Amino acid sequence: MTDILLFVVFPYVALAIGIVGTIYRYLTNQYSFTSLSSQFLENDLQFWGSTLWHYGILPTTIIHIAGFAIPKVMAAAHGTPELLYVSELAGKILGIMALVGAGILLYRRLTSSKIRAITTPVDWVILSLLFAQVFFGLILAFVYRWGAAWFIYTATPWMDSLALFQPAPQFVTALPLAHKVHFLTGFLLFALMPFSRLVHIVTVPVSYLWRNFQLVIWTRRRVM
Amino acid sequence: MKVRSQVSMVFHLDKCIGCHTCSIACKNIWTDRPGAEYMWWNNVETKPGVGFPTQWEDQEKYHGGWELEDKPKNPELKLKLQNRLQTFANLFSNPAMPTMDDYYEPWTYNYGDLFNSPLGPDQPTARPISRIDGKPIDIKAGPNWDDDLGGSNIYAVKDPLLADMNPEDRQRLFSIEQLFYFYMPRICNHCLNAACVGACPSGAIYKRAEDGVVLINQDKCRGWRMCVSACPYKKTYYNWSTGKSEKCILCYPRLETGQAPACFHSCVGRIRYLGVLLYDADQIPDALKVPDEQLVQRQREMILDPFDPKVVAAAKESGVPDGVITAAQNSPVYKYVKEWELALPLHPEYRTLPMLFYVPPLLPVLNATQENGTQRVETDLFTSLEKARVPVRYMSRTLSAGNDELVIKAYRKMIAVRIYKRHETVGDVTEEEANAALEKAGMGAEEAEAIYRLTSLPTYQERFVIPPYSREGDIEETYDPQQRKAETGFGRRQAPQRGL
Repeated sequence: MTDILLFVVFPYVALAIGIVGTIYRYLTNQYSFTSLSSQFLENDLQFWGSTLWHYGILPTTIIHIAGFAIPKVMAAAHGTPELLYVSELAGKILGIMALVGAGILLYRRLTSSKIRAITTPVDWVILSLLFAQVFFGLILAFVYRWGAAWFIYTATPWMDSLALFQPAPQFVTALPLAHKVHFLTGFLLFALMPFSRLVHIVTVPVSYLWRNFQLVIWTRRRVM
Repeated sequence: MKVRSQVSMVFHLDKCIGCHTCSIACKNIWTDRPGAEYMWWNNVETKPGVGFPTQWEDQEKYHGGWELEDKPKNPELKLKLQNRLQTFANLFSNPAMPTMDDYYEPWTYNYGDLFNSPLGPDQPTARPISRIDGKPIDIKAGPNWDDDLGGSNIYAVKDPLLADMNPEDRQRLFSIEQLFYFYMPRICNHCLNAACVGACPSGAIYKRAEDGVVLINQDKCRGWRMCVSACPYKKTYYNWSTGKSEKCILCYPRLETGQAPACFHSCVGRIRYLGVLLYDADQIPDALKVPDEQLVQRQREMILDPFDPKVVAAAKESGVPDGVITAAQNSPVYKYVKEWELALPLHPEYRTLPMLFYVPPLLPVLNATQENGTQRVETDLFTSLEKARVPVRYMSRTLSAGNDELVIKAYRKMIAVRIYKRHETVGDVTEEEANAALEKAGMGAEEAEAIYRLTSLPTYQERFVIPPYSREGDIEETYDPQQRKAETGFGRRQAPQRGL
């Protein structure tokens, strides 16, 4: 019963809150969509913290999603022991980068009174959860090694079962506690997205790659 | 020919008295909010000086503006800050962004202490406290921190432009009897090729086609802060409280209701002029690919003669309303910039095509301490540029990308107007002298009279020729007016507040 609640009901609820909430916030309060950068108030630690964090967490997240979305490709990519070894190492480096980055950001927020002045309660929740999430992720990486290999036979079928609305929690219920915490924190973070600054994830300005440099907007084009 | 209209500005520096009334008018209306206290959409700098933010003109530090690619054939214009891919690499920490230390930390005073202090032998004091975290601070800098400190060996000497002058001229700027400084009010230049627009990853900054005002869509801004770094004039500011960038909006709610922007309206010295310029948007790319010295000339060529029937016809075809064309014909800015060639853009070498122009300041009084310690003051105060106390090189580095000729030409005209009027009103200058001065400046008595009138005696209506906006018409035909009710002003229904 608890397993159903945690690994079926909770993920669906979290996804629903995350998606509906973010769309609702975008439609009703687009003004609040911003990264809320505090680089202006503190620059030195911000560079190391933010750069390490984002450069670590973005590839890690993308690899996780790829594991759910294209498991066959990912499995083939770890086909030989050499490849598995390399991806294991790369994953650990990225994870450590993210952990150090989050640690620096947490330290910066704790020590700078200016940054603290503009920190909201939800900022603390989010930053602590992110730090914990990366920490548990690294525990999995170091204690239960070769995650690139077992990931696609445990987490992937579970996530796919959720996506196909045929939930199969049995793929993950037997896993150790660290795994479960990592999974649940991930969904919790997703649920918290619309209530926090995490919404800036969905505002990646990709159109900048091709748009014209200059933007001219007419209130109403008067050309005949 | 693609004719567009731009509400442009002229600041007559020869008339600026450095009173900062413009700054206060602006601050009281727009930036008296948490997160915006440090912003000065309008500020007045003492030049030579470090300016605001400190040394904003040092583009090796801030990487603002555009530059031509370093190749002989067909060089393209690129942002000095970064290319498109680098923008994504730098999204998480903006490398050239000025921080609060480059502006100043806003503060207030703990006035409550004056009333609530316990009885004691000492006078209670109101300590300065930070407007950010409320803690006591030692004030290290503030708005106009180097005000009036031209010639200062602590502040003015750090002016980035001085590096380009020869040591002798530079030395002269700091000697007590010869020092030279002037006030330079600065607002957003509402550029035609704005670097802030080009650098914004979200595409939140845009130019309004009708009047050329450059605005930041507060709903689309995501706080990446690239505009702050990319604007070479440092006229976009990051609001540390709301997490959005903000800039001068040329008081468009005032313009749309027929009023001059607050800084223009409040100007005590009446140095500010506002009017429409018609320009050919098709010429923009080519006008930016010329060597530095030709930039001002090319910019003037882009500005079209609103009396030319061909231009009027092309303007109508491009959708410029009749009222705007009439406003362009009456524009004082057109006269200063194009007809008389007195006004010059600020730092055209940043290649943003700024549409705010400055008439250079003239400081004709020359005096010097003689060997015996007495002071010698020139009696013929307005005779020639050669005797005037103006470092042409400094002005040309500021206003014409190093082209001395353009500055000298403007100065000759200004001096000729003075000599001519002196002849007319005081009479101690002969007609021959007056005519000689006019000839040297390359203008006739009529032009001198016109310059004199618009410089010294302009009325409100002559200084500010605001085009009819007929905003209500625009809206009526596209939306139900009820839908637009309560959306005037800064464009927001709710007070701008920090997001979650």
